[in-house]
Amino acid sequence: MPERKVIVESEVGLHARPAATFVQTAAKAPIDVTVARPGGTPVNAKSILSILALDVRNGETIVIHAEGEDADRLLDDLAAIVSVP
Amino acid sequence: METLTGAGVSPGAGYGAAFLLRVTIPEPPAGARHDGDPVAETARAEAALARVAAMLGERGAACGGEAEEVLRAQALMARDPALSAEVAGLVDAGVAAERAVYDAFLRFRDELAEGDGYVAERVADLDDVRDRVIAELTGVPMPGLPGEAGAPYVLVAHDLSPADTATLSREVVAAFVTERGGPTSHTAILARAMGVPAVVACAGATGLVNGTMVLVDGTSGVVTLAPGEEEVRSRLADAGAAAEPAAVTGPGRTADGHRVPLLANIGGPHEVAAALENGAEGVGLYRTEFLFLEREEPPSLEEQVEVYREVLAAFPGAPVVVRVLDAGADKPLPFLRPTAPEPNPALGERGIRLFRVYPDILTTQLEALARAAEGTTARLQVMAPMISTPDEAAWFTALARDAGLADAGVMIEVPAAALRAADLAERTGFFSVGTNDLSQYTFAADRQFPSLSPFQTPWHPALLDLVALTAKAGLPTGICGEAAADPAMACVLVGLGATTLSMTPTAVPWTRTALARHTTSDCHAAATAARRAVTPEDARRAALAHLPGLPAS
Repeated sequence: MPERKVIVESEVGLHARPAATFVQTAAKAPIDVTVARPGGTPVNAKSILSILALDVRNGETIVIHAEGEDADRLLDDLAAIVSVP
Repeated sequence: METLTGAGVSPGAGYGAAFLLRVTIPEPPAGARHDGDPVAETARAEAALARVAAMLGERGAACGGEAEEVLRAQALMARDPALSAEVAGLVDAGVAAERAVYDAFLRFRDELAEGDGYVAERVADLDDVRDRVIAELTGVPMPGLPGEAGAPYVLVAHDLSPADTATLSREVVAAFVTERGGPTSHTAILARAMGVPAVVACAGATGLVNGTMVLVDGTSGVVTLAPGEEEVRSRLADAGAAAEPAAVTGPGRTADGHRVPLLANIGGPHEVAAALENGAEGVGLYRTEFLFLEREEPPSLEEQVEVYREVLAAFPGAPVVVRVLDAGADKPLPFLRPTAPEPNPALGERGIRLFRVYPDILTTQLEALARAAEGTTARLQVMAPMISTPDEAAWFTALARDAGLADAGVMIEVPAAALRAADLAERTGFFSVGTNDLSQYTFAADRQFPSLSPFQTPWHPALLDLVALTAKAGLPTGICGEAAADPAMACVLVGLGATTLSMTPTAVPWTRTALARHTTSDCHAAATAARRAVTPEDARRAALAHLPGLPAS
């Protein structure tokens, strides 16, 4: 099952500019993508409001999950966005 | 002829068609149903969301900078799939599109409002998107400024935020009228900076019909609806004559040659040009907040050095008074959080009080200023906001001097500091009176609260007493509130002992003219008369009786 567990290195967490870039990247893909805290309820990665409400801070771990064509490449892209300090 | 009355906060007269920037969008009635075609109704909601998203994206691209980032996030909210799904679900259940949009936004609003800091601050952005979408659906005029209006319009709004006004100029706006706000609100400061007349705290303003021709008197605060041609001509002519400062040039001085340097209040390098064009002799208040706002982390030392140097280099040989970061209260920053939730932020940890908790941010800023000054000839002075005790004054002054900044002073904004100015004077190098906050704290009246705006006039004798007490302590005493932008008040301030006056750049020529027409003894007489009065109205009248070079209106 294609999934990435990543530590959010972005200083502002998954908010502001990284959140917008993350959501825009996810939204471009034709497949479903979700984000969750480990063990938490997944939310739609294409929804800025759901991502903001998740309130992920710098240093927290998130699990990104996608299924379908090119899922691995999309997950790599998304993981890269939150890995930039 | 129908008129509305508010507070005139930026002088002059303006005439044009009313344009309502943002009507308050009424909540769609609970229980509103559609006529039974959920597919068409959902499509209607989707189309409105898409139009708003496109508009926000375009406006963001046009703005650039921080505004672009906010608008980009707002555009993403408008095309949020989770929001759309919520709307579609509600419409399927029979709810009319506008109510479905309202309820769907409300669900996310509640989730965001539970967060703190950054997340909670997005609630206002979300509400703005919701209002725009509902406006689209209900046919209420779409919030936003007309791109190419044929003639300058009168911008009417509930209130204006910096994002609303980022792209305005006096070529497109003839005057401002707002329902809320006071003399120190964003609208008032912006209008004075642009040299456009403005009336704030004007009840009924947002009830105006778009396109109504209105005549705005930014001096008396009267807004006349559909005025006669003759009245428009004569009012604009009068205002034009009064608005033309006599051709007094050169440094600020009274008729008898007493020098009073006239300085500019600026918020960063972008306002340097306006200061120079208006003949400011330096900077009396450089607000450094703009460099720190809307950030998750403070700007680096290098970034600060670069920005400060740009300002200092523009004023060779001239004074530049930099106020260190004034955070807290209405300017909360994520990296300078108060140590506990503040029930009353204006009375909480703000200004110097926050630096006592986070001294590193202050020492970095002082170091950046010292470095920026290297190689420039500007006479750099630094001052601290929100000082209330002699200890705080001594602490800041010592830190500044440790950083190599010899000329350090404090702002007088709290009555305690004015009352004990003599004690502060032994511990620091100069004073700068911030009349806006000093009014707020003297009268215990929130300066942003519309019905309390009468407390904000600097003509209150209580405020004049505190200024006099400050100047009497014997240190160089500047004035950097908006008070010095009123020519009559400027003369009174000189009479009270102010040694420099700093103001919004466009006010400098008027103040220069007013001073040049009066002697030091006129100023003293005006100040004494004003302090003898009991009410601000009487104080102004009494002062004007001693200032023959100014119109008595």
